[in-house]
Amino acid sequence: MNQQASRYFVPDPSHYPLVGSVALFLLASGAALWMNKYAPGPYVVLAGFAVLLFMLFAWFGRVIGESESGKYNKQVDFSFRWAMSWFIFSEVMFFAAFFGALFYVRVLAVPDLASAEQQLLWPDFSTSWPSAGPKFAEQFTPMHAVGIPLINTLLLLSSGATLTWAHWGLLAGKRDQLKLGLILTIALGLLFISLQAYEYVHAYEELNLKLTTGVYGSTFFMLTGFHGLHVTIGATMLLVIFFRVMAGHFKPDHHFAFEAVAWYWHFVDVVWLCLFVVVYWL
Amino acid sequence: MEATHVHGAGHAHGGDHAHHPKGIMRWITTTNHKDIGTMYLWFSFTMFLVGGVMALILRAELFQPGLQFVEPEFFNQMITLHGLIMVFGAIMPAFVGFANWMIPLMIGAPDMAFARMNNWSFWLLPPAGILLTASMFVPGGAAGTGWTLYPPLSIQMGIGMDMAIFAIHILGMSSIMGSINIVTTILNLRAPGMTLMRMPMFCWTWLITGYLLIAVMPVLAGAVTMLLTDRHFGTSFFNAAGGGDPVLFQHIFWFFGHPEVYIIALPAFGVVSHVIPAFARKPLFGYTSMVYAIAAIALISFIVWAHHMYVVGMPVAGQLYFMYATILIAVPTGVKVFNWVATMWRGSLTFETPMLFALGFLFLFTIGGFTGLVLSNTAVDVQLQDTYYVVAHFHYVMVAGALFSAFAAVYYWLPKWTGHMYDETLGKWHFWLSFIFFNIAFFPQHFLGLAGMPRRIPDYALQFTDFNQVSTIGAFGFGLSQLLFLYIVLKTIRSGEKAAAKPWEGATGLEWTVPSPAPYHTFEEPPVLTEAKGHA
Repeated sequence: MNQQASRYFVPDPSHYPLVGSVALFLLASGAALWMNKYAPGPYVVLAGFAVLLFMLFAWFGRVIGESESGKYNKQVDFSFRWAMSWFIFSEVMFFAAFFGALFYVRVLAVPDLASAEQQLLWPDFSTSWPSAGPKFAEQFTPMHAVGIPLINTLLLLSSGATLTWAHWGLLAGKRDQLKLGLILTIALGLLFISLQAYEYVHAYEELNLKLTTGVYGSTFFMLTGFHGLHVTIGATMLLVIFFRVMAGHFKPDHHFAFEAVAWYWHFVDVVWLCLFVVVYWL
Repeated sequence: MEATHVHGAGHAHGGDHAHHPKGIMRWITTTNHKDIGTMYLWFSFTMFLVGGVMALILRAELFQPGLQFVEPEFFNQMITLHGLIMVFGAIMPAFVGFANWMIPLMIGAPDMAFARMNNWSFWLLPPAGILLTASMFVPGGAAGTGWTLYPPLSIQMGIGMDMAIFAIHILGMSSIMGSINIVTTILNLRAPGMTLMRMPMFCWTWLITGYLLIAVMPVLAGAVTMLLTDRHFGTSFFNAAGGGDPVLFQHIFWFFGHPEVYIIALPAFGVVSHVIPAFARKPLFGYTSMVYAIAAIALISFIVWAHHMYVVGMPVAGQLYFMYATILIAVPTGVKVFNWVATMWRGSLTFETPMLFALGFLFLFTIGGFTGLVLSNTAVDVQLQDTYYVVAHFHYVMVAGALFSAFAAVYYWLPKWTGHMYDETLGKWHFWLSFIFFNIAFFPQHFLGLAGMPRRIPDYALQFTDFNQVSTIGAFGFGLSQLLFLYIVLKTIRSGEKAAAKPWEGATGLEWTVPSPAPYHTFEEPPVLTEAKGHA
């Protein structure tokens, strides 16, 4: 009796988890060394990153192979759907920690530092956001919402639309529409990342706005930075999907990898909208 | 691509996979939920001993006032690592181990939903464990902040602090992957006919625990990431000079930390909800209310975090809100305790070792719950914050709660895992030694705390000596008793009376329909549920 033909799929023993653990151990210990200025640090991080890349290639390659050879039935597909939903929920909570920090410093910490109670400590400090705190001596210019951030908002929103258009193509069996939609989405994503990079350079060189610019710089760069990292990961995943489309993968009734990446992309989109409102605009 | 599995329909034992790796590689590469569950449990026990030795170092130092054995810095490092290792290395992996072993058996699934990722969830633990233990030997030593890692102290430490931060990142990834796996397994792999409300209670507790873990582990990751950037990249999240606030860390940490308490407690509740009905020979009283109580505890756990921070200088309105919300948790917890008692009411009770541990849990966890109510009261907590009363409270919840429940689980399921019955006499010895020494170790700490002895300090005023000596004697007795547990488990694995498929007269559920020891592969075809099965 073949298990794959029945309800369940249970994979064979695998080396990839161990490889992944070695990679993360190297990354963690290497980063700890690097941050404390020990010479081997960068090399250990690099080695860890290489092992991690190898693991990701091999593991995802295996999963893609299993999927294409028809081992994933409806039940496995449903498991993937649950898992991706929960994974995105965990990502939401990760961003929630940083949004929470932003909320806390804006509503509680900075006003408190400027309150009457703290007058003796910080006599000249006034509560106005953006603030880099009472001890930050330099001048800086906060990032304005109108300009690149607004353009970026339009870019990401359009990319969500083009991705959905590509999905319609996949569902209708129109592979050209699928390919074009994916190319457009990836292009919009890359344009977004490029504009973010330009904005960072602009902030550092012209606005004197840095990661070290008090709590405004901290929250601005950590929130937009982690978001940018997620856009980069999302664009990479879209690129993988694009190559798989070119290789003839995905059928109208069996393409959860595409949908998972689309969910992820929309999630990144929503995070950006929140960022645009509370980091840039308000 | 390797050959796919081809399983015989009726085979009873493992070893049918000629192409499967043998020896150490079997354990490293395995995708079998029983192998992975076993590894979790052994890892957990190893870490339990490591963390236990650290606790004994603390208790040895506290046997007398003044400094005897260790430097204050090392004392602080032991405090930190004992906490981190016991929470993340011992208790959580133990319950993930039970989940791995038992949930597929309970719901009639062949394995976990993501068997390869399951393996990775486990194999992420050793690197994190190595980072934590190795941090003792680096310049500056391990983190000495306590497991809560409060800034500004955690901003000032050396590389050991970074190792702890990265260990927490890795442990978080492991927990999130493990939880996604467990939640997906429960939601999607139940045998046909097993509706959510017919599911064994242990599965319910883990479904909600998994949800809590997925919700709060990323928050902890965010908190320690902010610590890391404050330490090395010049951000000002926790630096008032830059507009941040050290108290912000406490808020984020306890937003994780309080649900974490229930992450540890809920699976323990699940185990007790199996053991008490089995040895009372009655179905669990109030199944539906138990489910709602678990869900209510989980939801309330998100809105009470600042009761850990009454003394940071929050407004009275905030203190009152967090006090009332915290006291509210006593309601669903009370529902559970009374349901367990009602399950025993007029039951046909016997007192085998699992039942003894479950009853020990019930008594001592309830005491821990009551001291928790005392502490939830802001006006009282201002006196008791950071005293030994708090230490006594959470050890009643963590050790007598979670750990006793884990012991109950091991004795209850050991026949299913090994195919042998454990030695009942020795098991009872283990229980009574643990129960008595636990109380000797921790009950006096209530008095110490009420008398004002601060926690996390290696020295103390002379008048605290007597109770500290009693506590230390209890701690060493408790620690040594656990070697008896190790002996009992090893003895059961190697020998012992053969166990029937259902060694407990009152046990119910699918896990007792498979032979003992459970075959390497079970439920390759979903079982057919009858009316009686399914419920715990």
